[in-house]
Amino acid sequence: MSSSLAVKPQQATPPPAKRSRRQVSTLPLVAPSVVVLLLWMIVPLAMTLWFSFQRYNLLNPDARRFIGIENFTFILTDPGLWTAIGITLILVASVLAITIALGTLLAVLFDQDFPGRGIARVLAISPFFVMPTVSALIWKNMLMHPVNGLFAQITRGLGLGAIDWFADFPLLAIIIIVSWEWLPFALLILLTAIQSLDREQLEAARMDGANAIALFRFVMLPHLSRAIAVVAAIETIFFLTIFAEIFVTTGGGPGLATTNLAYYIFLKALLEFDVGGASAGGLIAVILANIVAIFLMRSVARNLDT
Amino acid sequence: MARKNSRLWLWTLLGWLAAAILFFPIFWMFITSFKTEVAAVSTPPQLFFQPTLENYVAIQTRADYSIYAFNSVAVSLGSTILALLLAVPAAYAMAFFPTKRTKGTLLWMLSTKMLPPVGVLVPIYILCRNLGLLDTRIGLIIIYTLINLPIVVWMIYSFFKEVPKEILEADRMDGANTQQELRHVLLPLALPGIASTALLSIILSWNEAFWSLNLTTADAAPLTAFIASFSSPQGLFWAKLSAASTLAIAPILIFGWLSQRQLVRGLTFGAVK
Repeated sequence: MSSSLAVKPQQATPPPAKRSRRQVSTLPLVAPSVVVLLLWMIVPLAMTLWFSFQRYNLLNPDARRFIGIENFTFILTDPGLWTAIGITLILVASVLAITIALGTLLAVLFDQDFPGRGIARVLAISPFFVMPTVSALIWKNMLMHPVNGLFAQITRGLGLGAIDWFADFPLLAIIIIVSWEWLPFALLILLTAIQSLDREQLEAARMDGANAIALFRFVMLPHLSRAIAVVAAIETIFFLTIFAEIFVTTGGGPGLATTNLAYYIFLKALLEFDVGGASAGGLIAVILANIVAIFLMRSVARNLDT
Repeated sequence: MARKNSRLWLWTLLGWLAAAILFFPIFWMFITSFKTEVAAVSTPPQLFFQPTLENYVAIQTRADYSIYAFNSVAVSLGSTILALLLAVPAAYAMAFFPTKRTKGTLLWMLSTKMLPPVGVLVPIYILCRNLGLLDTRIGLIIIYTLINLPIVVWMIYSFFKEVPKEILEADRMDGANTQQELRHVLLPLALPGIASTALLSIILSWNEAFWSLNLTTADAAPLTAFIASFSSPQGLFWAKLSAASTLAIAPILIFGWLSQRQLVRGLTFGAVK
């Protein structure tokens, strides 16, 4: 991405004074990884950039020609793109809010010592290891189906009628599914962070007469703030390109109700075969992701000492 | 004492309630896989029923199921081995012989992870098509290796950094050469870390569903794509879908349970320990 950061590892030349440092040339060890990643980063991105200035349709590849910024003016004036960006932002913001708020509460809960905590924790983090296509289809068919789904059966049994989730609240349904998949991630990371909290500090605060809410507000939350920032950044990068859950449930619909940026580009690329337009959309996705990535990279860099 | 006791009860209740709610969809899928197709959609939903293995038999006898399962295994193992072969030397060099470029290299590797897959969907699709890698296991293995390589490097790097320098120094004083040092000292110490890194890499590859859905159709399609094929509306095969899903997630669920602690390190690039 930011190719200015691309660096070739230097030959290690340890100072001769340090006898225990063996003379090892690290270049051949690091170079393979660096080279493949460099190719992986630069080649597709350069191609995306190149294609975005061309009229290029896979159904009619001979009509390919340079058209300047026409792809950009076309998709930037396409209301579908702005809808997709809006849906992407709603999706990211809602799932972030849900997973971090509930994840923090659950992390505090699972930090307590209660009988069977180990097993309960294992059960609670399980959804994270379920492949996205399975998660989406469990929810779509067995839980949210308007006729035979469990939710509909329960609400009808209570005389409340049934909700047709994917027709009436499609985006909410996607938000619920993705939150279910990622809440365990937030829980797992935040629980690890809480457990690194100094117990003596907690005890001291308790001795000073702090109640549970004050403890949480003034001791735990400040301690967790960095972990929360990391969770938010990592999740955002994944949420910007939610795809499989939409692919197997709503297919972006009804209408464009659940077409996020990833799905919009997918429709352009592999259904309309519009390489130029999809590439222009891809660049917009890259720019959005980069804005988030900068925050994550800063947070990680601060914690890294080599 | 009574107050402490009631608090313990409250925590126990809340903890188990949260676990039950989060795990419920998986549990429901699991028991549905032992129902007949009719029982799976019955009203009211049945919690107690005569269990049957017919769905598992039906899935196993579908000739193509074994192809999908094999593809998943081949692609996740292949990409994990390839990523380890690339990452272990790099992590070793950067952990034990850091230069002033090491930090920059590590951060740059991480930054490649920030590239959203949709941003490069078109060129990767066209490259794979032109190179004959579309719908091949090799194509997926290459892509998964590249996707997971930064995480694998980071995780192994952080495990290597934890190896106490004194042990290596002492061994050197005893006149061990680099090879002996690697084999007898470093490898045994780092093996648990490498194993949990491999587990994370397998989990991520197994569950990857953007490239597998976009780059495979039949020959190289892994289980993620197989399950997605159940989303078409013709007929409701919930019991069979449940059985196929249970088979598809069971190994990874167990891997995840085994390595939950170490996963945090890999998933946050060492930013949370």
